Amino acid sequence: MASGVISAENVGLIFQTGDGAVEALSKISLSVAEGEFVSLIGPSGCGKTTLLRSIANLEHPTSGKLMVNGLSAEQARLARAYGYVFQAPALLPWRTVEANVRLPLEIMGLDDIAGRVARNLALVNLKGFEKKFPWQLSGGMQQRVSIARALAFDPKLLLMDEPFGALDEIVRDKLNQQLLELWARTNKTIVFVTHSIPEAVFLSTKIVVMSPRPGRIIDVIDVGLPKNRNLDIRESPEFLKIAHRVREGLKAGHSYED
Amino acid sequence: MTRALPVLTITLALIIVWYAACIPMNAVLTTPKIAAAGGGFANTLAFSWNEVRPVLPSPHQVFREIWNTTAMVEPWAIKSLIYHLWVTLSSTLVGFVLGGLLGVILAIGIVHVGSLEKSLMPWVIASQTIPILAIAPMLIVVLGKTGLPDLITKASISAYLCFFPVTIGMVKGLRSPDVMQQDLMRTYNASASQTLWKLRLPASVPFLFASLKVSVAIALTGAIVAELPTGAVAGIGARLLNGSYYGNTLQIWAALFVAAFGAAALVWALGAAEALSLRRMGAKP
Repeated sequence: MASGVISAENVGLIFQTGDGAVEALSKISLSVAEGEFVSLIGPSGCGKTTLLRSIANLEHPTSGKLMVNGLSAEQARLARAYGYVFQAPALLPWRTVEANVRLPLEIMGLDDIAGRVARNLALVNLKGFEKKFPWQLSGGMQQRVSIARALAFDPKLLLMDEPFGALDEIVRDKLNQQLLELWARTNKTIVFVTHSIPEAVFLSTKIVVMSPRPGRIIDVIDVGLPKNRNLDIRESPEFLKIAHRVREGLKAGHSYED
Repeated sequence: MTRALPVLTITLALIIVWYAACIPMNAVLTTPKIAAAGGGFANTLAFSWNEVRPVLPSPHQVFREIWNTTAMVEPWAIKSLIYHLWVTLSSTLVGFVLGGLLGVILAIGIVHVGSLEKSLMPWVIASQTIPILAIAPMLIVVLGKTGLPDLITKASISAYLCFFPVTIGMVKGLRSPDVMQQDLMRTYNASASQTLWKLRLPASVPFLFASLKVSVAIALTGAIVAELPTGAVAGIGARLLNGSYYGNTLQIWAALFVAAFGAAALVWALGAAEALSLRRMGAKP
């Protein structure tokens, strides 16, 4: 058994829909080691979100073997092995910022609730906003609350589904920077879904390029950039080389339809 | 003021129509008297609006009757409409609470147990197609035999009417959290009861209040209807029945208005409770 946090072997997922079967995932094999930052990138319909949701046991693969922390995906979910950040903040509007971060702690019955809430709000730079309600915050701040909530019970694995997709470029750059710092400080393993090439290259240690119909992996790129990055790195030749390879991969995956 | 103006305009229009209607409605009684007094417009108005046993009493007569039976008598006297309103309101409120609880419990069951939706929902809907006037006497006879207090018997009619909007509203409300919020609870491996208490119930509060406002008004109707077949001696229903036995239209109208004020007060109180709880739940002002 590999010591990987996530290991997928020939994972396939077929959705039965009204007009026939759709192969959302086909022969996905992937392993993610502890402390890695892995991005899943591809056009819409390539199954990147489905793969992430399968890891989270929110979708159920119909073939292959998917292990999380050496357990089945379901056992891992029941063991609360991961924190999940959705495309939208999905905050509960009737709870204040701190009460939203407290939600998983209440459900899991953990101790030191106040301390955990304070630490994680500090981690996403939201000290001083504890008593605000979600509608009083900007979209970027709301998403940071949802990251703090995902980290509140200290899972080793963080699954993020296009968390910054709805935000503008400037806010997104800033949050990317903060996410890298957070990752460096906490040593989490992160699986991150995106459709932005610069975002994927900037953040990741490994980029998984996917392609649709059927959803499959067409390239896995190890990013050799140093762990300490700032936004200037995006002009460096290494960065552009990797971005180019991602783009070529995406193009190859698409060529059969245009 | 700008908010009161439209309401006041309509009120004024209704009062004018009402006064005008008094002239033809009471003509049977007043025509000879007007003729005897020498006719004329002034006499027509004077007699039409001040008939002692009118077919349609004029507004000021109704309000004088309300004044006489509220402010001018002891609140607990048998003639006092405050006493009768209290009798009706107490069974309204008991029925409202019972019906509201039943409605919420049914909704929770329907949302959580798939088979309940198919098996129970048709009955819930069918229960409301039976005219309350038909079922009230039977319920009251059956429950009367069990020796339950009169209040509970009457309240059961209110409860029967008002659980329905609550069930329908709460089923919708408990299902209102979106897929993402439900997935979130699954990622925490939250139990069904945790999801209910921390997600579904708080999300359904706006739906609950919307249903309760409908319910409380029909709970009052239910309580009044329940007083008719019991031959109750106290309550707004008893006053209505008594008034119609003796052709005392003034008494009927006064009771109707007091019942309407009572219903308005209940709906207003619920609105205040709603505003308060939504504010505490961080709703945008």
